[in-house]
Amino acid sequence: MGRETLIEAIRAGLGRAVEGVADSFGDPVLILRPGDVRSAMTALREAPFDYAVLLDLTCVDFAAAEGRFELVYHLYSLSRNVRLRLKASLPAADPAVGTLVGLWKNAEWLEREVYDMFGVRFEGHPYLKRLLTYEGFEGHPLRKSYPWRLEQPRIPMKDDV
Amino acid sequence: MRGFDFVTTRLETALGWGRKFSLFHYPFITACCGMEYMSAACAHFDIDRFGAGLTRFSPRQADLLLVVGTVTHKLAPVLKTVYDQMLEPKWVVAFGACTVSGGIYQNYAVVQGIDRIVPVDIYIPGCPPRPEMVLDGLLKLQDKIQHQKQDWRWAGKP
Repeated sequence: MGRETLIEAIRAGLGRAVEGVADSFGDPVLILRPGDVRSAMTALREAPFDYAVLLDLTCVDFAAAEGRFELVYHLYSLSRNVRLRLKASLPAADPAVGTLVGLWKNAEWLEREVYDMFGVRFEGHPYLKRLLTYEGFEGHPLRKSYPWRLEQPRIPMKDDV
Repeated sequence: MRGFDFVTTRLETALGWGRKFSLFHYPFITACCGMEYMSAACAHFDIDRFGAGLTRFSPRQADLLLVVGTVTHKLAPVLKTVYDQMLEPKWVVAFGACTVSGGIYQNYAVVQGIDRIVPVDIYIPGCPPRPEMVLDGLLKLQDKIQHQKQDWRWAGKP
């Protein structure tokens, strides 16, 4: 499947879930409607696309933008040896998206990390707790609105410097 | 051998001499500085030449805490507990830029120098420090131990 025919096939298969197609250094990037992420991923995982591996799931905070949080998904097809990048923009107020737990096992921790760092809620996630920071940590440290260099010690610190 | 069959010294000096050449160290290793620690500890540079070769993996048997690598706020209570478990007399070495000052990290996660958690005797800067710097730090620590007031409460002193 050539690149153009692949994108056409995906657009045909996913319908209105695909908002647009972009290009990143020669690799195709699909822009998804946030409400359709789960259904689109379900389709992409099956034949004929066969993206069996969720390589990465992360997020970017564009503090001033309309769609402030941009989720980035990386998929990989073992049978066809191709990668695909997908993005979905979420609003600043209560960003939420459907979970991918159940499709890919590793989505569970990846989504917990994004929740921990950016405060994106993954609806349907079975155990949406902080992954990297500790109990009692307030806020989401990779948000641009998180105070610069704010530390949240767990034990008393000597502040002599 | 007349004239050589006895030695006079001060108890404090003898204690310091004994202590500085029998440092049992506990390696608290969290990051890449651990590679330099391994280099310093193994045959190429060999801290055993200076009497600090006996690694103890229990803080209760160690008297030198080597904090090697980045300490995060998540880890801070662990380091504090390890320090508290060590018996007196005990010394702490901050090994590498991260333990000295937080190093290149100044953010929500990293403790800005382990001296905010535990008292530190010797700071070894560098990212990571060369093994020569580690040996130099060790020699400076030995000098400090030799010249510090020795704790000899076991001898019946208050």
